[in-house]
Amino acid sequence: MARVRVLVGTQKGAFVITSDGARRDWKIEGPHFGGWEVMHVQGSPADPERLYASQWTDWHGQVLQRSDDGGASWEPVGNEFTYEGVTGTHQWYDGTPHPWEFKRVWHLEPSPTDPDTIFAGVEDAALFRSTDGGLTWTELAGLRTHSTGQDWTPGAGGMCLHTVLIDPANDERMYVAISAAGAFRSDDGGASWNVATRGLSSTFLPEPEAPIGHCVHKLAMHPDRPDTVFMQKHWDVCRTDDAGESWTEVSGNLPSDFGFPIAVHTHEPDTIFVVPILSDSEHYPPEGKLRVYRSRSGGNEWEALTKGLPQQDCYVNVLRDAMAVDSLDSCGIYFGTTGGQIYASADAGDTWTAIAEHLPRVSSVEVQTIL
Amino acid sequence: MTTVRVALSAHLRTLASVDGELRISVADPPTVATVLDALESRYPMLRGTIRDYGTHRRRAFIRYFACGRDLSHDSPDVRLPDAVLSGADALRVVGAIAGG
Repeated sequence: MARVRVLVGTQKGAFVITSDGARRDWKIEGPHFGGWEVMHVQGSPADPERLYASQWTDWHGQVLQRSDDGGASWEPVGNEFTYEGVTGTHQWYDGTPHPWEFKRVWHLEPSPTDPDTIFAGVEDAALFRSTDGGLTWTELAGLRTHSTGQDWTPGAGGMCLHTVLIDPANDERMYVAISAAGAFRSDDGGASWNVATRGLSSTFLPEPEAPIGHCVHKLAMHPDRPDTVFMQKHWDVCRTDDAGESWTEVSGNLPSDFGFPIAVHTHEPDTIFVVPILSDSEHYPPEGKLRVYRSRSGGNEWEALTKGLPQQDCYVNVLRDAMAVDSLDSCGIYFGTTGGQIYASADAGDTWTAIAEHLPRVSSVEVQTIL
Repeated sequence: MTTVRVALSAHLRTLASVDGELRISVADPPTVATVLDALESRYPMLRGTIRDYGTHRRRAFIRYFACGRDLSHDSPDVRLPDAVLSGADALRVVGAIAGG
């Protein structure tokens, strides 16, 4: 019988939550790396027993961990992230030049086909790759040294590369997103990059439709439709159907189009999920009601999913990497909150159950479906 | 060679999978830098967690204490105090006190 393994990163450690394919009874294991902030835990699609975790603290910086037994045991691997060549500057919050400085790994994206190959999106924004299971890391410097790099600015959370999407049918094609630089696409495996922001508009910018400066919060893509990418931006939910050449806003009837995560249904490439929050300065759900919004039309027309979610006095947020889907026949969807709850739905969001209620602030949620 | 007692903070002991104080053998001259070199050689998972790669700059939330003194702002190439070299005291790698 299929099993589901939910990989959770929190402010104070990592947790692994498991169930069989029925998704009714859940077992919580952890914390792993207790006391450390775990930015992301991710499994290899090519070998589900191979997991990677990014742990970090202000005290001790970055540590990368690897498991070869599905999270039962872990070993530290390489944590040296050195920018290639001369390190230039990007813009600081006040608009002055600021040197690139590595701080931490926000996102880990394993190769779809090779468990030893994994990409790391880091702060200050850059993309690294390991081809030896995380022991050593090499920067794909074409991104950081892009001609626009000197104009990139950090979002309030830091200048993080938080999204890496790889076309499973063509691993030369990749998308990345950076807060608050924007979105980029590569067609040569990450060696060179093009800005992919045409059509986006951000009213906080001096020039709202400028190519650089959009605070992209998250991108999501269905593996069967790699030219279609969905975006939750600082404000606005958007989509592209031409691989980032142009974007269209699809916020439609959402109660707020501000939010962080976005996810695509495993079996329905036009069914997408977001979690609206009130505004850029009020990071909690409108009206104190935690609602996932689902669109079955790829945006514009949205329905609130509320059954099993708190509908009063709820003021948690869902961070950008804290929502994921499984690949069972009835698509499961999972998200974690800043209040430490993990909610799961085995019916594409129609009904929800809390499978963990008292974890630390949740940074990331990923799901493995093990057949 | 000199054997130096090294006391790590709890997170570093967990990361290195060790309990209690360590005894680290270092070549002369025994200094903060050579102790950390030897420590990182024996426990490579500690690289980058006490001082930066490349520059060896002490991380901002870390201090080095020994003999009732803060050695953090001394040159890392200064010979360690006699009490550390004799084993009467340990070199302590201390994390900032902070909550959250």
